[in-house]
Amino acid sequence: MTVKVQSEDFDVGAELERLTRDNHNVGGMVSFVGLVRDLGGEDALKAMTLEHYPGMTEKMLAEIEAEAQARWSLEGSLIVHRYGRLEPGDRIVLVAATSAHRQAAFEACAFLIDWLKTKAPFWKLEESEATGARWVEAKSSDDLAAARWRASQEKAAE
Amino acid sequence: MKILYFAWLRQKTGIDSEDVDVPAEVGDVAGLLDWLKQRNANFAEALSDFESVRVAVNQEFAELDSPVAAGDEVAIFPPMTGG
Repeated sequence: MTVKVQSEDFDVGAELERLTRDNHNVGGMVSFVGLVRDLGGEDALKAMTLEHYPGMTEKMLAEIEAEAQARWSLEGSLIVHRYGRLEPGDRIVLVAATSAHRQAAFEACAFLIDWLKTKAPFWKLEESEATGARWVEAKSSDDLAAARWRASQEKAAE
Repeated sequence: MKILYFAWLRQKTGIDSEDVDVPAEVGDVAGLLDWLKQRNANFAEALSDFESVRVAVNQEFAELDSPVAAGDEVAIFPPMTGG
């Protein structure tokens, strides 16, 4: 289990290599990379600044990883999340899960990013030419994505 | 009590972190938010709708009826938008 919260960019290949190196029990790895998106149009995004709650951020990410480890049989997991000022195309987050079999890795990876979005104390400030700076509002679709894992856990417990 | 403000709550209150002596009658999160609202117009506006803010007490998510006490670290922030 690894959690990194940092302002600098990360090397996806090197991070994933570290996660699997020397562990021959790993049969599959699934990763997700989140990027700063510019939907274009008239209101072009100039930058996105991520603020976070130092201390609680690391604690919540570790709890989210521990929850994934409890739910699936994983060989390893990784969350790298950046903060500070980023520009379109920049990497924001990397999550990855490794397991003996692919299904656990696929599910755990999706779980990690879905839970992170609603439980890790990060906030995004977008800057655009037309509207200036505005705080991104939480999406109900993110809450629904996180809730589906709560529902699947209840189902599994039945 | 140490109080931290993040994102637009930091901007609207003009404070990122402060140490405050809260009155003894403030016993839970709702009581704390009510007390903070009385301070000035910036706080009144920032905390006008409790539904739009989230609170953590000692780095654990809290509800409006969660207890707070002197010595706690309380953070007030909007719903999270990481990932």
